Amino acid sequence: MQTQRKGRIAKINANMVTTEFDTFVVQNEVAYVVHGEQKLKSEVIRIKGNLAEMQVYENTSGLKINDEVEFSGELLSVELGPGLLGQIFDGLQNPLPLLAEKTGFFLKRGLYLDPLVADEQWDFTPCVSPGDKLRPGEKIGVVPEKIFQHRIMTPFGMQGISEVLEIVPAGRYNLKSPVAKIKDADGKIHPVYLSQYWPVKIPIKAYKEKLQPDEPLVTKMRLIDSLFPVAKGGTYCIPGPFGAGKTVLQQLTSRHAEVDVVVIAACGERAGEVVETLKTFPELIDPRTARPLMDRTVIICNTSSMPVAARESSVYTAVTIAEYYRQMGLNVLLLADSTSRWAQAMREMSGRLEEIPGEEAFPAYLESRIASFYERAGLVKLYDNSLGSVTIGGAVSPAGGNFEEPVTQATLKVVGAFHGLSRERSDARRYPAIDPLLSWSKYRSFIDEKQKEAGHNILRKSFDVAQMMKVIGEEGTSLEDYIDYLKGEFFDFVYLQQNAFDPVDEATPKERQIYVFNFIYQILETDFSFTSKDEALHYFQQLRQLFKGWNSNAYLSAEFKNNEAEIRALIKEKVAAKI
Amino acid sequence: MQKVYTNIIQISGDVITVEAEGVGYSDIAQVSTRFGISLAQVIRIDGKKVYLQVFSGSRGVSTGDKVKFFGHAMRVASGHDLLGRIFNGSGTPLDNGPQLSDNLIDIGTPPVNPVKRVIPRRMIRTGIPMIDVFNSLVESQKLPIFSIPGEPYNELLARIAIQSEVDIIILGGLGLKYDDYLFFRNTLQQHGALSRSIMFVHTAADPIVECLLVPDISLAVAEAFALEGKRVLVLLTDMTNFCDSLKEIAITMEQIPSNRGYPGDLYSQLAARYEKAVDFDNAGSITILAVTTMPGDDVTHPVPDNTGYITEGQFYLKNAVIEPFGSLSRLKQQVNGKTRDDHRTIMDTMIQLFASYRQALEKRAMGFQMSSWDNKLLRYGKIFEEKMMSLKVNIPLEKALDEGWRIMAECFSPEETGIKKSMIEKYWPNRQ
Repeated sequence: MQTQRKGRIAKINANMVTTEFDTFVVQNEVAYVVHGEQKLKSEVIRIKGNLAEMQVYENTSGLKINDEVEFSGELLSVELGPGLLGQIFDGLQNPLPLLAEKTGFFLKRGLYLDPLVADEQWDFTPCVSPGDKLRPGEKIGVVPEKIFQHRIMTPFGMQGISEVLEIVPAGRYNLKSPVAKIKDADGKIHPVYLSQYWPVKIPIKAYKEKLQPDEPLVTKMRLIDSLFPVAKGGTYCIPGPFGAGKTVLQQLTSRHAEVDVVVIAACGERAGEVVETLKTFPELIDPRTARPLMDRTVIICNTSSMPVAARESSVYTAVTIAEYYRQMGLNVLLLADSTSRWAQAMREMSGRLEEIPGEEAFPAYLESRIASFYERAGLVKLYDNSLGSVTIGGAVSPAGGNFEEPVTQATLKVVGAFHGLSRERSDARRYPAIDPLLSWSKYRSFIDEKQKEAGHNILRKSFDVAQMMKVIGEEGTSLEDYIDYLKGEFFDFVYLQQNAFDPVDEATPKERQIYVFNFIYQILETDFSFTSKDEALHYFQQLRQLFKGWNSNAYLSAEFKNNEAEIRALIKEKVAAKI
Repeated sequence: MQKVYTNIIQISGDVITVEAEGVGYSDIAQVSTRFGISLAQVIRIDGKKVYLQVFSGSRGVSTGDKVKFFGHAMRVASGHDLLGRIFNGSGTPLDNGPQLSDNLIDIGTPPVNPVKRVIPRRMIRTGIPMIDVFNSLVESQKLPIFSIPGEPYNELLARIAIQSEVDIIILGGLGLKYDDYLFFRNTLQQHGALSRSIMFVHTAADPIVECLLVPDISLAVAEAFALEGKRVLVLLTDMTNFCDSLKEIAITMEQIPSNRGYPGDLYSQLAARYEKAVDFDNAGSITILAVTTMPGDDVTHPVPDNTGYITEGQFYLKNAVIEPFGSLSRLKQQVNGKTRDDHRTIMDTMIQLFASYRQALEKRAMGFQMSSWDNKLLRYGKIFEEKMMSLKVNIPLEKALDEGWRIMAECFSPEETGIKKSMIEKYWPNRQ
């Protein structure tokens, strides 16, 4: 064992501390600043001569020149094992509920706890025998965790094929006692525990191959699923000005999305929003599993007033946990809110390092960092041929709501779907405020391609007519154009807009979306006979009101059918010719 | 042990550099010049060089002046003795009362553990329909008032302060005009609220660095009260001055500016203050209302922009009314489902109709023929502006909802509003 490597503080500039050392130092290793009783976690981010520049993951007030610094030799890592589900961590994977028990209302600097409870007993059932040959990340047994059989896997970082030497019989074990011994290709023997550690900035690659994402991920938001779908294993981003509803959209997605595990990374945003999630999720029941939503959720929470440097690590911590559950053949959705705060944390540090700034003072490596983060999403085929996926949805908070800024642009280059929120829509209370003329998706929707195209077309046409009417007035617009305008507005109001506070309307399952979209498609294709614009307007207002009631009827219930009959009758009245 | 240093080697802007040893980051120091004594704070240490921002400015500081380090971060007195008192940005009394030194607390307390927060649940009633009906204010909310200079934002702030049922009001004045300071003091006094108020005032004439301390001091004192179970309302006016002070120091320190000269950590700096708004599990709460003046009515300016991303909505004050578009209370949904069952319907429908009214106005301004629907909208919009939007209206929420139904019934037929049938049957006024 080597002796503890140490250094001394030479400079302090906010959360950047420069350490003078006379040993060797590893880039990106974790170091601790010793301040009295406290040890403050930090990471080496640049080395110059005998000076190591470190970002400190804590408030640095009170630190002095010549304070001691201890280098750990480890990269920033997270613990992966049973007990993650339902947990709330900070950006460095400290369990927040446990911290609250220890320190009360406030977070205490320099206090780090084990992410998982080390002596908690788990029911382990082995599924390999001595002599079996295993690749990294292959299952050696399972423990039940909340709603899943949690796979216990060989360490992801092992090289080549290894052989099982010993495996314990079924029984109760804690995280500290080895459940197996394996010999790697070089003949070295490794114990396997129920949990393992993994450095957050390195993707887990213990799978056979990465596949093309194709299957739609149902979010139950009509506007997204029908027009701008997301695929399992895909990536999407939600940029939007403040107040346009990014967070509400992500909260709804985290509730209703049809995936196995949701990892929420609240990165540099309001604490209040996290509170809402963590207080309501234990009570909300997931219809798919009949268990509380919290049982499928992991929250990584580094809110805006928590130390800035840990913001950066929080998105990596989250994606590493997401990848871990993917390794069990599960579909995982990672929601990061907001990636702009993470980019800003990089900018702050870059400024203190006095690097040459790029656009809007963001560092030059911004794009590559963002790209490599989103690249960690994907649909993979594991060694046992089961499929697992990580889907990443990142909120972006562009300065001034301007999508031309560097973070949005860098993100748009690498994602598969773009849900752009617009101030105009949110001001007009049209929620979700995703702009249907601006957004795009490269993924396949479960809505019939022809019908979907008709939807896009009528929206574009309606918008064009509305623009034209602003110039030539309603009286200058032909009745035909005017009806197209009304059809587009109708489609927007009754289908694209969704009332997040109506228990039925807030989430529309796939079957209902297909059914209703088809019905609306028929209406959009219908030639109506109106004598005047006023009549047309009044007619569509009536139709809209009926549809709104219909939207809050449970699918295929008696009221649903009654309302539908009423709507069909109204349509018949005005149909000029055959559909 | 307090050591005194006299080696001031650099003075640039309001930042001085002194050679010293054993100094802690963000410690407080005292600089004695022949013009008086000022506090200063450590903002960077490089070997022996210690950079200090001097709260009363560097004018008159000589290279031979004495700098004494206290060995701790900025502290402020707290507790009930402060009630009714007025202080400046560094905690020195501005009234004739004694200097307080009891119950000293650090002003930069650590962040609250999110799991110890509770979901806000109590509405703060203000008697202003544009707030109560359309954007309800909620206890523990942090909300800025976006405004162009010249709008009556201080009046609005004072009115909310007086009408809201809170235990303690703390006013933090940042670059406040002396008249406005007197206005607040007199208004609070007239309504008998001064005895439950504390003021920390930095006026426009005071040194700019002192402005930086006002939010921290105000919120530290507020937090101490909240932990005792008190419901505290903190008013900050005007936070744009705070940001400008940050900018000034950042430029002096040769930081690379990110946007229009503001430092890259503007968001984090503002968040560290606004996030102090809290509803503690089993204790009191802090609600923050802060004025942010928007240079040139530009909401994309870095100050309102960063603020908007941090706060839970904003009131947008324009032409002396709270503008429905652009104003938002993100927490309203926590409370407006529990008031009356038509609250959300009224809120959504009236605003959608008002949006259509604005479009009709635009059309008319461009000289187009008005349809009968447009005329209905125009009529509606006028009544809405007069009976709902005007800040002169002072009615409780329930009355405002009834008024809403009356206005709609006066202008439209039920199906024109798009309201669900069940609601119409229950609330639509029968016309004789």
